[in-house]
Amino acid sequence: MIGITSMGVHIPIYRLNRENIARAWQTRSLGGEKAVAGYDEDSLTMAVNAAQHCVARGNRYTAIQGTFFASTTSPYKEKQAATAIAATLDLPSNTYTADITGSLRGATMAMNLATGMIKGGMAENVIIVGSDCRLGMPQSDHEQRFGDAAVAVVMGNSDPIAEVKASYSVYDEFIDQWRFENDIFVRSWEERFTISEGYMRVLKRSVTEFLEKGGMKPEDFSKAIFPGPDYRSQIGLAKSLGFDPKTQLVQPLFSSVGHGGSAEPLLTLCVALEQANKGDRILFTSYGDGSDLFVLEVTDNIERLKDSQGLKAQLDRRLEINYEKYLSWRNLLPIGLPRRPEPQMRSVPRRWREQKRILALCGNKCRNCGTIQYPPQRVCVGCGKKDDFDDYSFIGRKGQVFTFATDRLSPSKNPPTMSAVVEFEGGGRMITELTDCEPDALKIGMPAEITFRKMNQSTEMIDYFWKARPLMDGLKYLEGGVHERD
Amino acid sequence: MKGIRDKVAIVGMGCTRFGELWDKSVEDLIVEAAYEAYEDASIEPKDIEAAWLGTVQSGLTAISLSAPLKLQYLPVTRVENMCCTGTEALRAAAYAVAAGVYDVVLAVGVEKLKDTGWMGVQGSNIVGETSLGVAGAKPDFSAPEMFARLAVRYFSRYGIDIEEGKRYLAKIVVKNHHNGALNQKAHYQKEVTEEQVLKSPIVAYPLGILDSCGVSDGASAAILTRADMAKKFRKDPIYIKALAVSTGAHQELRDDYDYTHLEENVQAAQMAYKEAGIKDPRKELSIAEVHDCFSIHEMLIYEDLGWSSRGQAKEDIEAGTFTLGGELPVNTDGGLKCFGHPLGASGLRMIYEVYKQLQEKAGARQVKNPHLGMTHNLGGIVPGACIGACSILGN
Repeated sequence: MIGITSMGVHIPIYRLNRENIARAWQTRSLGGEKAVAGYDEDSLTMAVNAAQHCVARGNRYTAIQGTFFASTTSPYKEKQAATAIAATLDLPSNTYTADITGSLRGATMAMNLATGMIKGGMAENVIIVGSDCRLGMPQSDHEQRFGDAAVAVVMGNSDPIAEVKASYSVYDEFIDQWRFENDIFVRSWEERFTISEGYMRVLKRSVTEFLEKGGMKPEDFSKAIFPGPDYRSQIGLAKSLGFDPKTQLVQPLFSSVGHGGSAEPLLTLCVALEQANKGDRILFTSYGDGSDLFVLEVTDNIERLKDSQGLKAQLDRRLEINYEKYLSWRNLLPIGLPRRPEPQMRSVPRRWREQKRILALCGNKCRNCGTIQYPPQRVCVGCGKKDDFDDYSFIGRKGQVFTFATDRLSPSKNPPTMSAVVEFEGGGRMITELTDCEPDALKIGMPAEITFRKMNQSTEMIDYFWKARPLMDGLKYLEGGVHERD
Repeated sequence: MKGIRDKVAIVGMGCTRFGELWDKSVEDLIVEAAYEAYEDASIEPKDIEAAWLGTVQSGLTAISLSAPLKLQYLPVTRVENMCCTGTEALRAAAYAVAAGVYDVVLAVGVEKLKDTGWMGVQGSNIVGETSLGVAGAKPDFSAPEMFARLAVRYFSRYGIDIEEGKRYLAKIVVKNHHNGALNQKAHYQKEVTEEQVLKSPIVAYPLGILDSCGVSDGASAAILTRADMAKKFRKDPIYIKALAVSTGAHQELRDDYDYTHLEENVQAAQMAYKEAGIKDPRKELSIAEVHDCFSIHEMLIYEDLGWSSRGQAKEDIEAGTFTLGGELPVNTDGGLKCFGHPLGASGLRMIYEVYKQLQEKAGARQVKNPHLGMTHNLGGIVPGACIGACSILGN
């Protein structure tokens, strides 16, 4: 029984109200807001956080033998990103890893590949992350529409929350949206053409063929997902295919997140699954250079998705930013940073030999005195015993703030930089940078969790590492903290 | 362990004015400090037998000292130990004299920070690869942030709310500025009010810009000789009673570290008291120069160095214990607060003040009838990867 066994999501905490964009350009607002990856996020960091959420919701220790990263905005043009996701999950070196880039339906392409791997006995569980941070040109509709998000699913051969009952794929060579080698903004042809002869034509044909092949009718489905450029076209498509848009069409998160690019199909699936009941049948499709189609049947394992850190909680947890900040975070508006010495020398060999402590956040625990220490030491800081440790990973552990400060000298695109000493449940401490947090909220005792971020970025290298952020379950602590005065 | 007590004397010292010395080079600073020291000791440059240079970022080798002073073909060494560098230069020189290898030596500390254009000083980027290493990924926190973290925890631990805590810190700042205003060698020679300190813009919450020391250029120098030869140079030599250094090894990784004290301070002070034979430092010391890089640090130092009991520094601040006319005057020259902190120069600048005080040549800042003076530095990555250094001098 192959299916989706877990699902995790990462919606960045920052929101940009579309009115702010419209006001800057004296254009029409498309309404609502869009999710904006923080200054310290990109498609890879968001993917890692979605993957962590996904494995925590399923069974963290499920053996995963494959990792797919689907994105059109990988930080690397040359170099895989799926390997970094696998390393943060501390997966064994014989895990199969691949990036699927260049198409907005990369995540569903990966689902098909994963299904094939599982059927062929190459894997029992495969994790797939769709993640994108696409840029629309300032003042364009794209700028308002695109939102940043990452969604991860594990596909496996036992205990699914939604079983794959059937699947189908078509390709279609059609030029509606594209980016060339050196483009940072998405290009597209006139929408009247791309929607009617692209999205509508391709999905209409492929859905019709899929239903016919399986002897299925629209009324066999409780929900249908037709990811497309805008909701109105989706309603039109649903109607023309004989689906009831009101009851069957799953509404995308355009007014709160935006179009999530490679994350979009899974994001809409996440909306559907978090509200689904046992026995629901979902027609799940994607669009981009063709279409992938699945029939999913929800099982009673769906209860696993009803936790407090799901999509709804992440949509509720938000910090608004202004348009200028958004532009500076996307390097579209240069800003003056404090004059400070260059951070320490970048060294690839160092990063390589310290990879386990950096990506898998692995410290060690002394077998003699039990002291947990991060980063891992050769000689125990507790008892002085040499080389007598077990690995100790901090991933997935919660903690609380022991002390904190702000830092207005440390250069940041979201000043002030915030620091915290986090004490972890079960022992161990870390001096961390705090993110996704307002300085007013800082408080001793504030519950915190770790989150994967970009620390520094030069033209030469991106330094990925973990920061801390207020624990989502501990939202009440965000009120009534100390206030910074200038 | 025999220690250094009463084996070595300081017979001459020099110190430049500290400040934003745009028109002065490292060479200028070294020459000014060293020639003041030569003159003070009534010696000629040719009398120097060996020399030590303390600098963190204004010279990588001993050539930076031998060349400006033309110490041709002498044994010269550069030492570095973060903010304790100046004190370390003196310590190396003193031990060489105590070992009987040389009779007359020179220690110079210098730093030229204002050529960099940076706010603050270099931090973790000069420490290099340590056992704290997380390559390129460690947060790049500034020095005020590291001390702000201690302030937040200290106030919380002792039930002091931030507003109240900031008032105690402001009193320390006001005291040091009062002393600095009496010192023509200080960078800042101006009094400040408690209100000005409290209203100064935040640098690292809860610390404001006026809770922070300045960034300055400066140099200081000392001539050392054997204690039994000291009176040949002058009638009032100053004797080294103790030199102590304590280096941390990541106690901050342990769950039991409290973030309200710095153990390197405690250990260096205890070592120094033992070497000098001091039982009750608060009573026996006449004056102390301490590392007030940020106001909260001076508050912690009162406790770490054993002058105030834990959590009680605020009472001594309120009582004026550490003011110029108080029980134990601290930072009589204005401290780092008014001198700024040219890393390699600060330790010897503190020793310069104690030396002048013990010779009763401190002018308007002179404390009455002094016998023993102490200096203290702390450097490194706070907390846990620090170096604490103390010296005790007597007349």
